[in-house]
Amino acid sequence: MREIEASQITEVVERLCIEANEHLPEDVKCALRDCRAREDWEIAQGVLDKIIENYEIADEQQVPICQDTGMACVFLEIGQDVHIVGGDLSEAVDEGVRRGYDKGYLRKSVVKDPVRRGNTGDNTPAMLYTEIVPGEQIKVTVGPKGFGSENMSAIRMFKPSAGLQGIKDFILETVETAGPNPCPPMVVGVGIGGTFDKAALLAKKALMRPVDSENPDPFYADLEKEMLEKINQLGIGPQGFGGKTTAIGLNIETMPTHIAGMPCAINISCHVTRHKTEMI
Amino acid sequence: MEKHITLPLTKELARTLHAGETVYVTGTIYTSRDAGHKRMCEALARGEQLPFDPTDATIYYVGPTPAKPGQVIGSAGPTTSGRMDAYAPTMMRAGARGMIGKGARLPEVVEAMKECSGVYFGAIGGAGALLARCIKKAELIAYEDLGAEALRKLYVEEMPLVVIIDSEGRSLYEEGRAAYLASRK
Repeated sequence: MREIEASQITEVVERLCIEANEHLPEDVKCALRDCRAREDWEIAQGVLDKIIENYEIADEQQVPICQDTGMACVFLEIGQDVHIVGGDLSEAVDEGVRRGYDKGYLRKSVVKDPVRRGNTGDNTPAMLYTEIVPGEQIKVTVGPKGFGSENMSAIRMFKPSAGLQGIKDFILETVETAGPNPCPPMVVGVGIGGTFDKAALLAKKALMRPVDSENPDPFYADLEKEMLEKINQLGIGPQGFGGKTTAIGLNIETMPTHIAGMPCAINISCHVTRHKTEMI
Repeated sequence: MEKHITLPLTKELARTLHAGETVYVTGTIYTSRDAGHKRMCEALARGEQLPFDPTDATIYYVGPTPAKPGQVIGSAGPTTSGRMDAYAPTMMRAGARGMIGKGARLPEVVEAMKECSGVYFGAIGGAGALLARCIKKAELIAYEDLGAEALRKLYVEEMPLVVIIDSEGRSLYEEGRAAYLASRK
């Protein structure tokens, strides 16, 4: 049994909130540069150049890449041989978010109540997901999620008879409906299977995977490639101004589901798809 | 086609701008998003004055990050304009003419733009660090309690924008995509 202080989790979350918001992950930068090299539509080239210049400025000046510094989605994979001491885990995570958003001059974008609104003033609470895994470490991932793209996400409970075609159509329909709103070029996270809630979580987790990674199952790896290509034939282009580059990546995550169903969730993200991980 | 313009956005100036043009904008603009628009439209409904003179004004849909010491403003890219669709026609009828944001607009907004010679400019969504560089002055003028959503008066220089929908109702979202797809045939 390894003891980990709650305060250590706070420190890591604080740091990851700031770093994730100022420095775009290498995989996303690389995908943007590759897409720029392949883009042959003039207005799209201009937009991609500015997007690349923007993350370079954020890197150099240590300022947020985007003003929507998001809701702090925090994923903890906690080793089953870890004992957290010296405080409440959720409070430790929220304190990390509170400090990170304050010290990093990040925007506080969370309201207390979905209907009655009112800013919480410190960007808490975090959207916290915990998972118990073997081992005696904690893997902390922070993914600040902006809502311009979150709002364009969708979920559908398919009949199994809808099959693969149903999923393919749904992905294209969701990207088409999103159009220029989620700041394309986008990253598309697809979750298939589980229950209603699990499908949505899988879609979110798909966005935490590097954009250049593949699903380990060749069937889904092929589907990822095929759907990314189809999305990039829609012509929406960077910012919706037209062009080849509508999405820079598409990741699929799946799990078993019920004999009567085939849930499918699509979580849309923008070109500022942020995630940063640290082991404790 | 690239243009450089200086605000205010008079009716005459607005009519010279066309969908698809890149425009570098210099002058005074005002920031507002959902909560600020709601308050302004409620004030107009009560017959009250707005916190700024809306005549020929341009409104930037943005909620910036807090300024770090020594900065004029934090990162300041556009938010999704569609959430302001409920208020935009009222603002235009009160005199405001320019809107800066990103994303699709409803037909009733486009109709109001044609009626009032409005222009909808796009700033690059997600490019908050880049756009902040064009903002030379920022002053909080109202609704301080709204935090990031408070109303600010900004002075911008050579702010890179694209005309998405012009005063005749033509849209880059429709025409740009169609032109690209046609080029692939």
